[in-house]
Amino acid sequence: MNLKRVGNQTVVFANPPVILSSYSVVGPMEAQGPLGKTFDKVWPDNINGEKSWEIAESKLLQEAMQGAIDQAGVPNDQIDFMLAGDLLNQIISSNFAARKLGLPFIGLYGACSTMALGMAVGSMLIDGGFARHVLVGVSSHHDTAERQYRLPTEQGGQRSLSAQWTVTGAGAVILGQSGAGPRIPAVTLGRVLDYGETDAGNMGAAMAPAIADTILNHLQDLQRQPTDYNLIASGDLGSVGANLTREVMQRSGTPLGPEYTDCGLLVYDQKQDVHAGGSGCGCSAVVFAGSIMQRLKAGELKRVLLIGSGALHSPTSSLQGESIPGIGHAVVIEA
Amino acid sequence: MFEMVVSAFLVGGVLCVLGQLLMDLTKPSFTPAHVLVTFVTGGAILGALGWYKPLVDIGGAGATIPLSGFGYTLAKGAIEGVSQRGFIGIFSGGVEAAAVGIAAAVLFGYLVSVTFNPKG
Amino acid sequence: MPNQNLRPPTIAVTPKDYQDLAKKLTPKPTIVRNSFWAFMVGGTICALGQVIINLFAAAGLGRQEASTAATALMILLGALLTGIGVYDEIGKYAGAGSIVPVTGFANSIVSPALEFKREGYVLGVGARLFTVAGPVLVFGITTSIVVGMVYYLWH
Repeated sequence: MNLKRVGNQTVVFANPPVILSSYSVVGPMEAQGPLGKTFDKVWPDNINGEKSWEIAESKLLQEAMQGAIDQAGVPNDQIDFMLAGDLLNQIISSNFAARKLGLPFIGLYGACSTMALGMAVGSMLIDGGFARHVLVGVSSHHDTAERQYRLPTEQGGQRSLSAQWTVTGAGAVILGQSGAGPRIPAVTLGRVLDYGETDAGNMGAAMAPAIADTILNHLQDLQRQPTDYNLIASGDLGSVGANLTREVMQRSGTPLGPEYTDCGLLVYDQKQDVHAGGSGCGCSAVVFAGSIMQRLKAGELKRVLLIGSGALHSPTSSLQGESIPGIGHAVVIEA
Repeated sequence: MFEMVVSAFLVGGVLCVLGQLLMDLTKPSFTPAHVLVTFVTGGAILGALGWYKPLVDIGGAGATIPLSGFGYTLAKGAIEGVSQRGFIGIFSGGVEAAAVGIAAAVLFGYLVSVTFNPKG
Repeated sequence: MPNQNLRPPTIAVTPKDYQDLAKKLTPKPTIVRNSFWAFMVGGTICALGQVIINLFAAAGLGRQEASTAATALMILLGALLTGIGVYDEIGKYAGAGSIVPVTGFANSIVSPALEFKREGYVLGVGARLFTVAGPVLVFGITTSIVVGMVYYLWH
């Protein structure tokens, strides 16, 4: 059998799956950021009349997924899988959105890397011949994440300067076998690296080694250089993690040039007082579904490497003093 | 009376700076909860040694409003409890002296939590 | 610390070097500015407390009663400011200046309870009131009992 696996960690597709549509829904703060105009839908506030923040997050995801389905114009009975994930315990935002959508559902947990993980797994399902269309979506919500992972939002005190701000937003895409749209020719799934960072207020530093590891393996597997990409975007490392990634890549003999950036740096303005930048599943999802997809379709970007970054800790493991394992999943997207 | 306001400002300010240094110079896992626990315990120990009372005499509210003042009240209460009631005062003195503060915290905390909704 | 033996290629940085690098590239808290604001805000809260004590004393309360009543009033103030969503904005600048005073204690009581209202009045509000206040009472009361015991044995 003709193996599609190349090198150590990369899968190259025989018939690259197509991204038929993408849809993003965000909260007001994200809409005020530099990418505000690229999002499909903006909520007036973070709760939008729902009875709890958790239900609101689930609604965000549901709206993003429905938006992607409507835009692709694919009937529900031709969507064979729904892949979704979020940050809440037992991924309830995704479970509750799946309850509404009624599609065969695979729940994923890759922390903030889940969008890239979902696109990678979805592409494999399609190229493997297991599905005609796959719906992929993820969400995060500032207030649900704060109270699960950190402190109550009304508690006075200072966030550390390396802390990031969880994006309130959801992004979704429909992947298909054929049609018009950017394609996914290859994906590189990452391994878990832990270089000993214990501060949950510095997740960028916890994830950077895993991101650099995935980029190095991806480039070696496909015999490529960073400059073969118009854009290399990590998911949500923020300023501290992005600087560390550059430094680590430099020391590993593969320096990253101006093509490298981080979705956590793109989504907010420095003036928005978010400290190191954005984070959360929604961060890379809305930046990809909005800005990056539009630039691909406009022909401004030819080849993009999106590396979802995840910090795989829990509030319990942090209280017990465990260091934070990180992971990175890379997806190649070509116009 | 006005001098007391000034010295309350100074003493209270200094105690808060101590709290800030405690947070900024320790690991990030040292949270506001740890600061509050440190202050209440520290105030109780200093109170027992008789070292906190001078601060209350000079600073007034500057020493009683910070949470170390709550610890001081607890320790002072325990000592007075023992002098007045002997053995049983060990257990009743502290909580009795701090009863108004505890009751206020529970009542107002509950009422406000039930009345308002979080803004996020 | 769990560093694996990774198949190459992987990053050419050891965990030790990485931790040094991470420390270097992570911004430090602005201690002088934080301390300044902690001093100003914390001092102001305490000065306000003293004004209230003075008013209670002028109304005829004894020194001890005036102080106790002022503390209770400050707790109410801290709780209300948390309820209307102002206290966390103060805390952003004031840091310990808004944590150490008893208003910060009130904030630590109300802020979790407020958010967990949707989980019910018993296991939500009731239980969460004591997320931070619980440890404070445990350590405070335990210390006072130890103090009382030592004092009892001493005399």
